[in-house]
This record gives sequence, C-alpha cells and structure tokens, in this order.
Amino acid sequence: MTTLSSPLRTTTPAQPPSSSGPRRRARRTPRDWLRDGGLSTLIIALPMILVFGVFSWFPIGRALVMSVQETNLVTTPEFVGLDNFVFVLQDPLLGKAVANTLWFALLALVFGYPLPLAAAVLMSEVRRMRGLFSALAYLPVVVPPVVAVLLWKFFYDPSGTGVFNTIAGWVGLGPYPWLQDASSAMPSLVLEATWAAAGGTVIIYLAALVGVRTELYEAAEVDGAGVWRKIWHVTLPQLRGVLFITLILQVIGTSQVFLEPFLFTGGGPNNATLTILMLIYDYAFGSSLGGNYGAATALSLMLAGVLAVLSAIYFRVTRPWSS
Amino acid sequence: MAANNRTTALARRRTEPAVERGIVSSHDRRRPSVRGSLGALQGGLLVTLVLVGLGPILWLAKAAVTPTQDTLREPLGLFPTGVDWANLSTAWSRAEIDHYFVNTLIVAVGAWFFQLLVATTGGYVLSVLRPRYGNVIFGLVLATLFVPSVVLLVPLYLTILDVPIVHVSLLNTFWAVWLPMGASAFNVLLVKRFFDGLPREIFEAARVDGAGPFRLLWSIVLPMSKPILGVVSVFAVIAAWKDYLWPLLVLPDPENQPLSVRLPAIAPYLELDVFLAALAISTVLPIALFLAFQRLFLSGAGLGGAVKG
Repeated sequence: MTTLSSPLRTTTPAQPPSSSGPRRRARRTPRDWLRDGGLSTLIIALPMILVFGVFSWFPIGRALVMSVQETNLVTTPEFVGLDNFVFVLQDPLLGKAVANTLWFALLALVFGYPLPLAAAVLMSEVRRMRGLFSALAYLPVVVPPVVAVLLWKFFYDPSGTGVFNTIAGWVGLGPYPWLQDASSAMPSLVLEATWAAAGGTVIIYLAALVGVRTELYEAAEVDGAGVWRKIWHVTLPQLRGVLFITLILQVIGTSQVFLEPFLFTGGGPNNATLTILMLIYDYAFGSSLGGNYGAATALSLMLAGVLAVLSAIYFRVTRPWSS
Repeated sequence: MAANNRTTALARRRTEPAVERGIVSSHDRRRPSVRGSLGALQGGLLVTLVLVGLGPILWLAKAAVTPTQDTLREPLGLFPTGVDWANLSTAWSRAEIDHYFVNTLIVAVGAWFFQLLVATTGGYVLSVLRPRYGNVIFGLVLATLFVPSVVLLVPLYLTILDVPIVHVSLLNTFWAVWLPMGASAFNVLLVKRFFDGLPREIFEAARVDGAGPFRLLWSIVLPMSKPILGVVSVFAVIAAWKDYLWPLLVLPDPENQPLSVRLPAIAPYLELDVFLAALAISTVLPIALFLAFQRLFLSGAGLGGAVKG
C-alpha cells in the first residue's frame, strides 16, 4: 500500500496537500484509483448505496412516475397524465379526510404542545430525582404503539364499568361514549396519541433547557423580573429554535397519522376519524379489486408537497429570530 | 501564589458545580414561600407523572393476572377474587404469543444488524474515506430526510413485490422489513457526525502502520464509537418492535408476523384476560430495555431535537 496516495490523505484538511497534490488527482487513471484503495472504498460504500438506492431513492423516483401512471400490477403501466390527481381531488372523501387530519393536528397541538413545555420547565427546576421525573415521562413512549392503542381501546369502553368511565364516575361525570360517538372519537384518539408521544417532546425540551444561558436570569432579577417574566423573556426566547423544530416535527407526524384511526375506529364512526393516510391506504390496499396505486401515490405526493410548503413558509417566517 | 490561588479556585469550582442555577435563584429557593410553592408544584407533577406515565402500565400488569370477570366488573379493583397467573402461560403458549415473540425478535435483530451495517459503513465512507462521489451520495442521503415516509409507502411496497435488477419478490420474507429499515438517513447522519469528531491523528498513525480501510474501520473506528453504536442499536431495536403498518403490508402470512401485527388480529378470538396478558408480555422487553439503558434512551431522545436542528 502506498502510504501517500491513500484516500485518507484528503481527510486531514489542516495539513497542506502532499506532493501528489489535488491537481494531479483530477486526471487519474482507473489504475491510480485502484491503487489508491478506491475499490475497497467502493466496497465499503456498497451497503449504503445498494440499500438507499433500492429502498429509498428508487421508490422516491418511482412515486413521481407512478402518480401519472395507471398501475395495476397486471397490465403494463400506462401514462394517464394528471388523471390520478383529478380522481383524488374529485373524491368526496378527500375533503372529509383533510378536515379530519387538520382537526387531529390541531387537537394534537392543543393537547400536546404546551403541556410538555410546562412539564419540562418545571422539571428543569427539580434538584433531586430529576432522572426519575424524566424516566416516568418517557415511559409511555417505550410502550409499543399497537399495545398502547389496544390498551386504550379497552380503557375507552363506553359502558359504565369502562376504565375511564369508572374514573369519570368518581367525580360524578359520564358515562361517555368515547370512540363510539362521531364528535368525541377524534379527541379520544388525540388523547392517546398525546400520551404516547409527549414524553419524547419533554426530553427534547429538557435537553434544550440545559443550554439556556443562566446569567440572563440574574440580569432579569436585577431588573426586578419575577418567575413568569423570567420564563417569558429569558427561557422561552432561548428555546425558540427547539420550539420551532418540535412544532414542525409534530405537524409532519400528525399529518401522517394512521395507527390510531386504523386500530381504534377503522376511520369511523361515519368517517369521523378517516385521515389522509387512511385514505391512501384504502386506495392502495383497502380494496379487494386491486390497488389504485396511482391515486395513492398522487395523494401522498400532494400531502408531501403541502408539508414541504408549510415547513418552507414557517422557516421563512421564523428565520429572522431563529438564529 | 496567584497561580496557586487560581488552581484552588478551579479545584473548588470543579468540586461543587452542582449549584448551577435555574429559573428560580438559589436565594429565592431559600425563602419558605418559594420553597413551598415550588415543592407543591413539583410534587404535583410527580404524582401526575406516576398516574399518567406509570398508571396504565401498572394497570396492564395487574389486568394480565386478573380473571376476565373481575377486569370487566371492577376494572380498577385490586384482585377482588385473587390472582390468575395462568393467563400468562395461556397467552404464551396457547395463543402462540411465543411464536410471534420470536418473529418480533427476528425482525428486530435483523433490522438492528442492517441499520448498524449501513450506518457504520456509510458514515465511515462519508466521514473518513471521503471518495470524490461522497458528497453526491451524502446529498442524496440527506435529501431522503425531507421526504415524508408516506411518499414511500406504495412505491416501496411495489419494489418489494419485484426488486429491481434481481427481480425477486421479498413479500413474506423478513428481508422486506430488514432492508428498508437499513435505509435510515438519520442513522447515517448521526454516525457520520460522530466519526467527524474522532481524532484524525489516530487514523493517520494506523495508516502509517499499514492498516487498510477495512482494518481501520474494524479495529480503530468501531471500538472508538461504542456510544453512538449504542444509541443507534437501541433505536433500531425499538423502532423494529414498534413498527406496524409496514410489516402488516409485507408479511401477510401470519406465520411470519411480529407481535405488533398479530395482536390486533387475534384480539377478537382471545378471552379478555388472555389478551391483556398477551399485551403485557409484548411490553415487557421494550420496558426492560428502557430501564437497563435509560441514559442511552434519554440522551438519544434529546439528540433527536439537536440533530434535526
């Protein structure tokens, strides 16, 4: 092995380029490449290239093609222009699914955005047993989501002896129909989803709170600020970046919600919990007549487009004060 | 003398760094009213966390060994007619939870292996070897971070039915779950960033000593990277344990399905107490992993925010 021409040389940018120089490398013969260890580098890169190529880059490209094709696995795919998009946009269920998904996302923000922040701020002030606090908060995240949904489905039993209805009964409320009623089904789903996910957000906030510059608290105290004003004027502004990230992550996550409506209610009652991803699933896999793969990819691309625009807008709006 | 003073000051700061302050100043903390309300708030938070975070899990543990009738009639009672340990063994063997448990393990171990393989070799190539095509590949890998997974659902399913180039179907094989999970840009990014922080001099020294790229990866880079490998491993296993929709699609044969897919399917056919025992059994391993590697989990979860930012 020729030491100087190993590919590793390029990894020490601090050192001046060695005698062979970058200019000479630009015109390398395949033999140089081989002698430089190019082949072993390629072999080591192969798992990444193959796995990403076949299971990520190729399907992403394929999604773009499929959205303008009619694909049914039997005949050769046929280009149909924007027919798939037109089909999806004319589906009477689309409006319902979009409204439900927005409703889910909104409820998830109301339930799941301020609470973890408040909990994390309070927990950051804990002097003893902080580990216990974070472990308890994170515990639901570790429960397999399917188990969590099936367990909560039992908790939501609409009869008077259901778990939640028993608890509600202690304070003279209920029994509530929970999942059985079109108006309470979605909030019930969101409640479980928030329980399952809030711990992760708490931990992210806690990690960010460690980085808050504490000398500013002293400055605020000199100016006579109380606890609330310290939180509002010192803590929260320094968390802006993280608050922005969790908001985006939450919107992207909730707009693709599937497990809860699929397992809790199957989209019911009366399509009250039919979400966009459930509609995509129904298009592609729900029918015994064969999948409408074109419509499914068309809808998923539209969703991805909306998400991209949303994050771009949000990023633009918040950029002036995010750094 | 001055230097000596400074060292003692440094030493003192090093021995008592615990008095880092938070929102409430140490002076305020000594005031009884502040102390009281802060303590009450934190006590309330602790009680809430125990009830909300631990409560449902404890309830599941209780219900797993309670007869059906008791759970139905008095869901919040504590063993009104005694403990029924047989639920667990019934669920384990008669409901074939053992079989699906093994399937889940196979899925998790394979997904762990491929995620680790792709992330370490990929991170090594992008961070240490840096071929000229490296930047292009890194760009393409990063780009997949911005494609929501919903876009992949259908085309990836069709890819599994007919893998390009080799033209085989991976349907009903574990490969269909393992390989796509390996394509995690997040893992590659995480590992690459860690490798970026390793001291280059050690690589140079190893290279001078005649270590080739494989040897360098195996004997130098990987042993130095245990923390990040731990984080990636824990998340790989947990993600595989959690996954539902994807294995549901690509493992239609119940023989190969993991717990997450089987549990909803067998729910209508099991007696309630056995079903709840099955749920409890499915939860034991992830929770045990969490309790054993708590620090890893929590630092990894915090990392999620840091890296994506």
